[in-house]
Amino acid sequence: MLLSACIPLLTYPVLRSGVRLAAPDAASIAAHYGSVSVVTFAVAQGVLARAGQPSEPHLAVLVALMEAPGIVVGILLARLAGGAPAVASNPAPAIGPWRRWAGLAHEVAFGKAVVLLVGGLLIGWISGPEALAPIEPLFSGLFKGVLALFLLEMGLVAGARLPELKQAGVRLVAFGLLAPPVLGLLGAVVGHGLGMSVPAIAILATLCASASYIAAPSAMRIAVPQANPTLSIGVSLGVTFPFNVLVGIPLYVGMARWLAG
Amino acid sequence: MERHPRKLLTIITEAAIERALVADCRAMGAQGYTVLDVRGGGAMGDREGAWEGDRSIELQVVCADDVAQRVAEHVLGTYAPHYAVALYLSDVQVFRARKY
Repeated sequence: MLLSACIPLLTYPVLRSGVRLAAPDAASIAAHYGSVSVVTFAVAQGVLARAGQPSEPHLAVLVALMEAPGIVVGILLARLAGGAPAVASNPAPAIGPWRRWAGLAHEVAFGKAVVLLVGGLLIGWISGPEALAPIEPLFSGLFKGVLALFLLEMGLVAGARLPELKQAGVRLVAFGLLAPPVLGLLGAVVGHGLGMSVPAIAILATLCASASYIAAPSAMRIAVPQANPTLSIGVSLGVTFPFNVLVGIPLYVGMARWLAG
Repeated sequence: MERHPRKLLTIITEAAIERALVADCRAMGAQGYTVLDVRGGGAMGDREGAWEGDRSIELQVVCADDVAQRVAEHVLGTYAPHYAVALYLSDVQVFRARKY
């Protein structure tokens, strides 16, 4: 969690001075990178399983833990930098700001991804391995096929964002390609320092390197309306997501093996 | 049957602000609302609804003229500067005046 909260603090200055973005845009993109991509996590799990080093199932907890802190820090950065209002420039007289914040906190902590992940883990923990047997063909057997279809769909969506990247400029595209390996290395080093296993280090590195494009866009759209969503979604979905799936994940698995000696 | 004049306020905007918008409408006196999932494009680009962050909604509220005016002013002042917003008003007639 601390790691995921630190990522926006590291990426924000780079986005401000290196990529030369306005404060709300930089904070929003920093939040996207601080949060995680569940699909990238699922691909990493698949790659590890195929390599004969399946990751521990409880690592899904990491996804749930690492989804929210980055978003919260990104929102705080936007507030500190520009005094951005919680929701919009002119809050309704009938609705106090505390309710806006409460709504946002609810959005972040009880987003679909977090509820499904934590709920799934709890159900699995309560019912035990015997209960899994009858439903295993659906969730294990079909998983790879469904993931393949989902990736195909995401590929189409990501491809459709590419023309928008012209607006983003070369510097932001470069950020989308360079940030993942650097953040992945950070995750791998921290994972190694914590004495994690090789698959766990690879998963932590993947999560650090990945950028959210489902939870973070919704949350940032509500919290920082001034930020241009085209930039943040373009770079996280159009650049970083395909980079991680094609190049990043094998790289992070390699890092994990190399660190573990 | 007796008919009563009311306003239909239609707000087409980003799905991200649906919850806040519905709460605002309620707080300002709207008694009910209808939300449709829609797709479209405008000054802020095309919104294809291909995934969560790209979804758009059409919020319809049938209400009294003063409520429609209040909600429209609030939406234009609060959300329109930063969100994709299309907003228009039409005259409708309802049968059950108390409901709207």
